[in-house]
Amino acid sequence: MKTPLLEVSGLTMRFGGLTAVDNLSFNAHEGEITSIIGPNGAGKTTVFNCITGFYRASSGHIRLNRNDGPPLALEKLTGHKISTHGKVGRTFQNIRLFSQMTVLENLLVAQHDRMTRSWMTVVGGLWNSAAYRQEDESSIALASKWLKRLELENKADELAGSLPYGDQRRLEIARAMCTEPRMLCLDEPAAGLNPAESDELNNFLDEIRRTQGVAILLIEHDMSVVMKISDYIIVLDYGCKISEGEPAVVKNDPAVIRAYLGDELEEETAVDRRQMEMQS
Amino acid sequence: MDNSAFTWRGLLKNSFVSALWAAVLVTPLVGLRTVSDESGVLGIDFRPEEIAVVVAAVVVVRLLLPLAKHTYNMAFGIGSLIFMFAIIGYAEALSQVSFAALMIASLMLCIAGFTAVIKEREVWIKLSRRLSSTYPGTGNKLNRDKGLRPLLFLGILLALAFPFFPSTDRYILDLAILILTYLVLGWGLNIVVGLAGLLDLGFVAFYAVGAYTYSLLAIHFDLSFWACLPLAGILAAVSGLLLGFPVLRLRGDYFAIVTLGFGEIIRIVLLNWSEMSGGPDGLTGVPRPSLFGIAEFTRRPDAGVTAFHDLVGIEYSPMHRIIFLYFIVLALALVVNFVALRLRKMPIGRAWEALREDDIACQSIGINRTNIKLAAFMISASFGGVAGAFFATRQGYVSPESFTFIESAIVIAIVILGGMGSQLGVLLATLVIIGLPEMFREVEEYRMLAFGAAMVMIMIWRPGGILSHRSPSVRYADADMELPHAKEAAS
Repeated sequence: MKTPLLEVSGLTMRFGGLTAVDNLSFNAHEGEITSIIGPNGAGKTTVFNCITGFYRASSGHIRLNRNDGPPLALEKLTGHKISTHGKVGRTFQNIRLFSQMTVLENLLVAQHDRMTRSWMTVVGGLWNSAAYRQEDESSIALASKWLKRLELENKADELAGSLPYGDQRRLEIARAMCTEPRMLCLDEPAAGLNPAESDELNNFLDEIRRTQGVAILLIEHDMSVVMKISDYIIVLDYGCKISEGEPAVVKNDPAVIRAYLGDELEEETAVDRRQMEMQS
Repeated sequence: MDNSAFTWRGLLKNSFVSALWAAVLVTPLVGLRTVSDESGVLGIDFRPEEIAVVVAAVVVVRLLLPLAKHTYNMAFGIGSLIFMFAIIGYAEALSQVSFAALMIASLMLCIAGFTAVIKEREVWIKLSRRLSSTYPGTGNKLNRDKGLRPLLFLGILLALAFPFFPSTDRYILDLAILILTYLVLGWGLNIVVGLAGLLDLGFVAFYAVGAYTYSLLAIHFDLSFWACLPLAGILAAVSGLLLGFPVLRLRGDYFAIVTLGFGEIIRIVLLNWSEMSGGPDGLTGVPRPSLFGIAEFTRRPDAGVTAFHDLVGIEYSPMHRIIFLYFIVLALALVVNFVALRLRKMPIGRAWEALREDDIACQSIGINRTNIKLAAFMISASFGGVAGAFFATRQGYVSPESFTFIESAIVIAIVILGGMGSQLGVLLATLVIIGLPEMFREVEEYRMLAFGAAMVMIMIWRPGGILSHRSPSVRYADADMELPHAKEAAS
């Protein structure tokens, strides 16, 4: 078996007395879509925030195996370094585009790190040096590639905030892809999309995985998306992993059904008790 | 108010209500005045005629405003503009209150008229968009916006020829220098406030650092203005860095308050560290700039120094130095403007604007927020420092009194009024904020009132600032056409 890109082991996140994520371990592989599902409040987004450096995990390890260097301990990287060093991109549950900037600018800002790696391109823009111009043009070329893929070319100069909701979702993914990530963390990309749009999203994610070779980590509520495109599913409930496996396995796992639909037995006893209370 | 609401009855009712309100507000503000008789006993003087003038002005504006906004907007705009000049002309014949009241009334009608004209006509909308995206173009094919170049060059030519106009006297030139100084400050602060979205209320601190840097270096080490100018910028940038490190972790209001404190700290240090800064007496004898070390602008220069009028062979005039100062500050303003415009199109400028929009998203795409903010802070501080050095050499004297919070407030007002991030907006706002009070100099006491009224009106009619339209830093349409290999790379 090949080494996974991301190895999470014993990840625990506590907020005061509340344990949002409890001793979670899982792996994610390159070129695969790994989904994290679970009922509301199961701790999915918390896991994301730990991986992408927005939270510092209380304990546990998040290891990123790179083929161009020694493994990285993501739990020790902070802030922007997750993106610049770890090459982990993400999107947000409630879209966080730069809504007053244009679509094209959104994709260009995402290339900030690559464009400012050398001093010549940082300062060279003042007198429009050759190095700067080259960097500028290649950044526009990359942005235009994604614009074409999203079929947003004729809206490139419109404000990102004025796009239809589905386009904003996809633009946010494209923006994350412009940072040239190894791993892409998507927090409910299908939320609020209609069936046609979420179908389109499926194709888009599938294509990204195949052509760009990135690992995709997905939080999703929309089961039609999850079951169709996931290679591997991890189910969380109250911060604990209750099941994992391929979609077909997870779908029929009694623990998962219980978490989503409730325990029949528990419900019956509750109903009985209520009836007894009413009679007395 | 739309057309459907336009009925004479409603209008009369509205005017009556406004008149009542005006009477209630104006009675204590203008109608009552404390006076002292010969023995020094204070009494209250009631002035009904002043109240009547103000109330009448309010009623007239209320009655005419719908007309100015809809039917005869152009006529009202031009009419009230002429009326305004007439009032300024006859200022001496009017009492201060009636001058202010008439002035504000005509200003309101004028703005209402012209705003309506602008709103009505597509052409004006387009022009205002074009204007707010003024960009001189520096050879980069991606960012060139050629349409406004002739206008821009005309503007620069006019600015260059300005001191030699026959109508330009010393007072006007001094005012122009003052406006340009604030323009440099405004453009400097625009980077932090307008682009990066950090409300810096202590900008005057960097102005002070620049002014004292130049003064101290010139007095103690005999360095020339031209050597000190970059040093003042660098030192101000360093103080920006020192302030930035602890402060940039804060957000929003907290950030604003700490910068406000920093501005005051610098002033209080200058006030109390007498050995260094001369304390409240300030530093006198700050040298004037020379013509790049070639000649001095004095009537009788010291031995071994050439005087400018001897060098050129003309009669001595104190105006020479003023004109030279004008050109220095004009050059500074142009350089600052160029750098700011250029930065906006660069990755760092885009990152600033992204930071203003959403700093969490910025972190997720790998932007080092601290560095970006520090860069904004330092660059803006260095512009403030340069303006400070110029201020010191122009005054020939610096004291902590010149660097109070009100200066920061004025510069902030310029940036916000101009429309956050718009260079031309800042220019227009500087003309309004620095120029307008000068226009009202006839009525010293009431000019802050008029100024406040103008601010309120602008905020009502143009809440995003004078030019609030943001132009994209790069346009896909232009970019893709001129990039043949971009298409190849993409396919």
